[in-house]
Amino acid sequence: MSAFLVNRLLQSIVLLVIVSIIGFTVLNLMPGGPLAQFGLDPGMTQKDVERLAAQLGLNRPLWMQYLDWAWRLLQGDWGHSFRDGSSVLTVIGRHLLATLLLMGTSTAFAIGVGAWIGIRGATHRYSLFDYCATVGAMVALSVPTFWFGLIGIYIFTLKLGWVPAGNMYTIGDGSVLDYLHHLILPSLVLSLVHVAIWSRYMRTATLDALSQDFVKTARAKGVSERRILLKHVIGNALLPMITLAGMQLPSVLTGALVTETVFTWPGMGRLFLDSLGYSDYPVVMGLLIFSAILVLLGNLIADIVIATVDPRIRLA
Amino acid sequence: MTAIVAHAAPARWWHSRAVIRFMRHHLALLGIAMITLLVLACAIGPYALPYDSLHIDLRARFAPPLTGNHYLGTDPLGRDLAVRLLMAGRVSLAVGFSAMLLSTLIGTLIGVTAGYRGGWVGAALMRTVDGFLSYPSIFLVLALAATLRPSPAMITVIIAVTSWMETARIVEAEVRSLREREFVQAARMVGLRRAHIMFREILPNAMGPIIVAASLAVARAILLEAYISFLGYGIQPPLPSWGNMLNGAQQYLASAPWLAIIPGAAITMAVTSFNFIGDGLRDALDVRNDHI
Repeated sequence: MSAFLVNRLLQSIVLLVIVSIIGFTVLNLMPGGPLAQFGLDPGMTQKDVERLAAQLGLNRPLWMQYLDWAWRLLQGDWGHSFRDGSSVLTVIGRHLLATLLLMGTSTAFAIGVGAWIGIRGATHRYSLFDYCATVGAMVALSVPTFWFGLIGIYIFTLKLGWVPAGNMYTIGDGSVLDYLHHLILPSLVLSLVHVAIWSRYMRTATLDALSQDFVKTARAKGVSERRILLKHVIGNALLPMITLAGMQLPSVLTGALVTETVFTWPGMGRLFLDSLGYSDYPVVMGLLIFSAILVLLGNLIADIVIATVDPRIRLA
Repeated sequence: MTAIVAHAAPARWWHSRAVIRFMRHHLALLGIAMITLLVLACAIGPYALPYDSLHIDLRARFAPPLTGNHYLGTDPLGRDLAVRLLMAGRVSLAVGFSAMLLSTLIGTLIGVTAGYRGGWVGAALMRTVDGFLSYPSIFLVLALAATLRPSPAMITVIIAVTSWMETARIVEAEVRSLREREFVQAARMVGLRRAHIMFREILPNAMGPIIVAASLAVARAILLEAYISFLGYGIQPPLPSWGNMLNGAQQYLASAPWLAIIPGAAITMAVTSFNFIGDGLRDALDVRNDHI
């Protein structure tokens, strides 16, 4: 196990370096570099911009800037927001919980519903249910998340008046129930695509498990189909889903950004868009790197969990 | 397409097993029908409609669908929604299609190189792929689109450089499995140049997965363009795109819901078509089912 852990950690570190190089390149690819916005500011002369560049060390060779930037990143110095001067990590921290709450709720829902659809589709293969689920999943994957959100608001807020149209809580209320009430629609909207993905993968994994020898053995012993499904199949089919949960993180984050915009949810996605609007480049950059680190961490955790549960992986 | 068909070498191309299997795939045919309809409507429709996509008529603001000659109603400036929808379709479909071509090109080049060279080069390229995949695509696209002046061509390039990784992965795996086959060894022995072996000998045999990935890449690119245009960083008005038509729709949701419903339905229809076609191609070309 420890050899596996060390190996996996090393891989993550290498990937982290590559991720940081990509992020740094993106930032420097922009014409005019990180200070491009100030070049357009009529209140600043070319001299001012140059002075600022020298002050921030932007006139040094690129590799030196990168090492300096990466070193400060490691020490937790992610720069300061142009907007209010507070440190980038503090700003991100203020919005992290809202995003995690939204992502967590919708992922839990997507896993539950998606797994149910997938297992049922596999056990009733080629039935009407299976066919509808397959086509439905492909359509669901094609619906733009923000449009689904708008339709949801139109039906459930404007027509039926069941749920609020946005925000995380009512000002002056803020009870747990109030939070949940605000959480329902955005998390359902965010989960649509992932219900589709989970159901497809779960169907394949269940079919795979159903064709294994131990299922034949169990059938030969006379174990009931229900017991085979519950005791032998579902557990084995769920294993690869742990890896999938890690792999899905970038797409959940992308969905969260769009969902947060439609529902004015105060998370990282909204922060990212607001910061883009203000040209608050340290926060934009910080969020870019932070989202990638979140993904790397998620994948690492998924791999460790699956290695713990399934000895075949770490011994392979 | 010709490469595959030639590879199967039937008497006539429509006798090939892949084509027959594709024609039996009902969803794929539905997808082809829907996308043909959309493309034809976008190409011809604007000439048949009585309005110009930029014609502003403030007396006819917020007309609901089927008002007079405004078959799909009008927007907050009184512009005809039907003609704008079709003009936007031209932009969105063109961006989606060109982004697919470019990303497939990048992904194939990197995938073939990484798969054939292997070793350090291959490892470095594939770890770069992993690195790009660690970023939620929309964060990367928005960061680039917000700083580079967004024109349709620039948006296409931005979408392509952030979505070539899937293709690269698929091609790399395919090429790696073909690298040691006899025909490649024979080509090496004959003394053919490496580039020739990579692109003329191996690549045609990896076309199946590439075509499937490309059809799904169009779907992805259309969605991505819609996302960033909806958020205001993609195609800029007055040039309409399906995404930016939805940009202001949320504030009129209560009074003019058609402004949100109609363009979104067009996006869903286009993306669904390409996903259906991709599914059909995967079955027809017998490509492994590694992602949905």
